[in-house]
Amino acid sequence: MDFENFSAGTSIMHAADVRLKLIGALFFSVVVALCHSLSGAGLALLIGLVLLAGARLAPLQVARRLLLVNLFLLFFWGTLPFSAAGPAFDFGLLHISQAGVRLATLVTLKTNAIIMVFLALVATSSMVAIGHGLAALRLPNRLCVLLLFTYRYIFVLQQEYQRLRRAALLRGFVPATSLHTYRTYGNLLGMTLVKSWQRGIRVQQAMQLRGFQGRFYLLTPPAVRGRDWLLFVLLLTAASAVAVTELTSRAGGCP
Amino acid sequence: MTSVKLADISYGPPGGSLLFNNLSLEIGTERVGLIGPNGSGKTTLFYIIMGLLRPDKGAVLLNGRQVDDGRAWRQLRRQVGFLFQDADDQLFSPTVLEDVGFGPLNIGYSESEARQRAEATLESLGLAGFEDRITHQLSGGEKKLVALATILVMAPDILLLDEPTNNLDPTTRKRLVAILEKLNLPMVIISHDFDFLAKTTDVIYSLEQGHLHRSESSHLHSHPHAHPYGEHPHDHGG
Repeated sequence: MDFENFSAGTSIMHAADVRLKLIGALFFSVVVALCHSLSGAGLALLIGLVLLAGARLAPLQVARRLLLVNLFLLFFWGTLPFSAAGPAFDFGLLHISQAGVRLATLVTLKTNAIIMVFLALVATSSMVAIGHGLAALRLPNRLCVLLLFTYRYIFVLQQEYQRLRRAALLRGFVPATSLHTYRTYGNLLGMTLVKSWQRGIRVQQAMQLRGFQGRFYLLTPPAVRGRDWLLFVLLLTAASAVAVTELTSRAGGCP
Repeated sequence: MTSVKLADISYGPPGGSLLFNNLSLEIGTERVGLIGPNGSGKTTLFYIIMGLLRPDKGAVLLNGRQVDDGRAWRQLRRQVGFLFQDADDQLFSPTVLEDVGFGPLNIGYSESEARQRAEATLESLGLAGFEDRITHQLSGGEKKLVALATILVMAPDILLLDEPTNNLDPTTRKRLVAILEKLNLPMVIISHDFDFLAKTTDVIYSLEQGHLHRSESSHLHSHPHAHPYGEHPHDHGG
């Protein structure tokens, strides 16, 4: 499974406190999401690149992630330039709307900036650390525990599904567009569901036997260190810089 | 000394035929091996002892008193530790330390006390340094030992172990034998591993068609058996 590819590492981004990284990433994303100016979004992308470089992730894997996002953005490029109103570049029959091109550029810049910041700040923490961080930030205990349990058992369920699928393949099952294939996949999924249900019951029993009474305790993460605060202040400053650029470009009246 | 008694238990799964008929058993003094064919109800018996299944007839007694309400069951579950067959069912917390600390936190220890007890238990099982490991990334043998730690941290008086040696390599199996010997607690072990039972138990009950038959476990090792890699020197453990 393509999962937690980036959480192991020794960069400053990996070492930083997960709580501050989460707040920083959230603050930054909100500022970027509210941007309307190309200059603001461009600065955000630049900051995203710097943070990403600071995380020292495997470039190829990062490129693959970004490619995935940008494939999705192609849909915007395929529609916006041809559908937005206003002045247009004319190439014979082809009218390419200036506003459309600008909008597609803006969306591309903002999306990539936010993804880069999340790769640099959030993907550099393990799921377990993120769950604990969210709980320490006073998010509802139930939601955090739900996240951690999902993470704990998704692998077990995936293995169970793979075991069943392998058993089917070993008995000569070749997926095709046929009723037999659909029925087989239906059975595989159904059986995985039943097994998950049964496992859920066993886990609940194990919890009961150890005195579970509705409250799931998470141990608190270690205290925030000085250099974590430094990174946090830098993040807030960077986000503020984007906000200021945005506001000045609005005040200046440029679109 | 804690004792748990099953008194005239009858139980059949919903829609199935009767698994036990007027079965009685007392645990709390001996180390008991429980053998029996697949589907004979060994695990079901454990579930009944722990109150996860209610018998159709009969009662579970803790120190001579019938266990019949939530409080009494909680008390029994503190004194009897049940090691599941599949460690993945038992290890649900994100990290090893949290999983071992789960029980102590539930029964009212503070976070630092729970942490301390968990660390001490891991240490005593030779698992020091495992605290921050992610539970699902442990190997099968490590999972089994950590699951045992989650039980032992509750300081039980009696242990119920359901096929503890399943899928264990010889080294981990040996470690488990050593741990159980050192614990010297009364316990019931379900196993098909006669060699293991001969080392860890005093008496064997075999469960067949709803009835328990008692025999001494020293009789167990008298049959011929084969070892993989038999040409290499190996230890029969006396």
